[in-house]
Amino acid sequence: MPAKYFEIRWHARAGQGAKSASQMLAEAALEMGKYVQSFPEYGAERTGAPMKAFNRIAEEPILVHSSVETPDVVVIIDDTMLGNPDLVAGVKEDTIFIVNTTRDIDYVREKLGVKGKVCIIPATDIALEEIKRGIPNTVMLGSIAKVTGVITLESAEKRIRKTFEKKFSEEVVEANVRALRRGFEEVKCNG
Amino acid sequence: MPEVKNRQAVTGAQAIANAMRQINPDVVAAYPITPQTPVVEYFAQYVADGAVDTEMIPVESEHSAMSAVVGAAAAGARAMTATAANGLALMHEIVYIAASSRLPIVMPVANRALSGPINIHCDHSDAMAERDSGWIQLWAENAQEAYDLTLIAVRLGEHEDVRLPVMVNFDGFIISHGVEVVDFLDDEVVKKFVGEPKVKYPLLDVNNPVTYGPLDLYDYYFEHKRQQIEAMKHVKRVFKEIAEEFEKISGRKYDILDKYKVDDAEYIMIALGSTAGTVKYTVDLLREQGHKVGLVKPWIFRPFPKKELQELLNGRKAVIVLDRSASFGAEAPVYEAVKSALYEVSDRPKLGSYVYGLGGRDIKVDHIKQAFEEAFSGNINTDEERYLGLRE
Repeated sequence: MPAKYFEIRWHARAGQGAKSASQMLAEAALEMGKYVQSFPEYGAERTGAPMKAFNRIAEEPILVHSSVETPDVVVIIDDTMLGNPDLVAGVKEDTIFIVNTTRDIDYVREKLGVKGKVCIIPATDIALEEIKRGIPNTVMLGSIAKVTGVITLESAEKRIRKTFEKKFSEEVVEANVRALRRGFEEVKCNG
Repeated sequence: MPEVKNRQAVTGAQAIANAMRQINPDVVAAYPITPQTPVVEYFAQYVADGAVDTEMIPVESEHSAMSAVVGAAAAGARAMTATAANGLALMHEIVYIAASSRLPIVMPVANRALSGPINIHCDHSDAMAERDSGWIQLWAENAQEAYDLTLIAVRLGEHEDVRLPVMVNFDGFIISHGVEVVDFLDDEVVKKFVGEPKVKYPLLDVNNPVTYGPLDLYDYYFEHKRQQIEAMKHVKRVFKEIAEEFEKISGRKYDILDKYKVDDAEYIMIALGSTAGTVKYTVDLLREQGHKVGLVKPWIFRPFPKKELQELLNGRKAVIVLDRSASFGAEAPVYEAVKSALYEVSDRPKLGSYVYGLGGRDIKVDHIKQAFEEAFSGNINTDEERYLGLRE
């Protein structure tokens, strides 16, 4: 039996931290004893250019090394990219979209042109309120934990503490943990 | 099975840099700008933090990096460097000299395209251009293997019966920059495994003076080349011995060939590097549909595992060889070697050659399935090179 992989595709603009977020997601899943992959698609490096990052998460070692084509989840960090056909490439009927936006679900669904599950979270606003910087990563991790269960809030918090405690003050660490929790609590989905 | 104490999600480059930290080489020389790998960037941090005793030499080019480690190794140091793509190409001249001087240098190479037009992504042209240089070539499928093979490489190159430099190949970006799960060994376990450097004829032993790299014309050059040829013959035996020892400390098994579901396989695919993993997954898919398929991944490409492949492939229905580099005007390097090895076997399989993934072009499960399915239907031609994932 071929292994089952849970696959995530991230869409963002270069410089928005999607690569780091995808890596933190991998580390949080590793905390839960899972096998993980996290890798970006490298193009010409220009801040602001559309970029993709990928995750595979599984209960057993991951063999495949190609890019993710039929994602279970699509995470969109920048809603100005809505309408870009790359966002819906290879998606299945049950692919879930998690979008950082202040718009409503109907707007996002219409822009994406999909009928399936769409979740929204104003992650940049929450990050500005909690961390005082518009870096939506930790908020998005909270939302992913809530919507997919592929990571838990606890594993993500543990990982954030481990990663950030080395570099930042306790204040910054706590702000990120609050941002994570709000991502978990405030994400809204249709259906 | 030894207990896993230190499991981390890291890039292949981080995994190798950590292996280098644990090896604690005497000298690392590197050219610190592109096309370099993050391996030396992480390693330079270890040097700056005082985590290693290594003398780090930032040089002005890759040619100088290889020259510096040749000098260091000749002096008696355990010396390493790392490179990729055009960096390796610029080293080319000294790559041969390292092997000819029988210096057990270890060099991880993040395999990337040789440009024209400019491309920095994964393919195997860089290493294949060095396949006749006299270096041992090990090939890793993932970050774990890149870490493990770097440790094994140190022992292999320094072995009394070998004394040759070792290239540890791992796919550029896919492995070098991709994050995967790696189980690290304890520092003390690695220290014991690699041991003290096995130094032979060091320049710094002034009581026993020796010469490296003198003029060696038609009087003795040929005999020295013959010695290099002979040294390569010991590599497989020594690798197996070291791999057995490594299995005891890690629980991870290495051999000349990684054989995946080959026992009853009628159709066998051969691939190097990270694609071998994608093939394994495809083998599982096709087996579910009742196809008897398998994969062989050479962990060692130089010396070429001719005898092992002859034994394994004799009598199979078909063998499909994937190459991530082309040889313009000739057959692709892995295919050519496999085909040549099978010339004398009693029951030759049908053979198919597929070039894929040049310049980082993605290789998907569907591509691999396509190659297998062509073989199932008898659409396989020994003298035809085909391409996977190419627009034509």
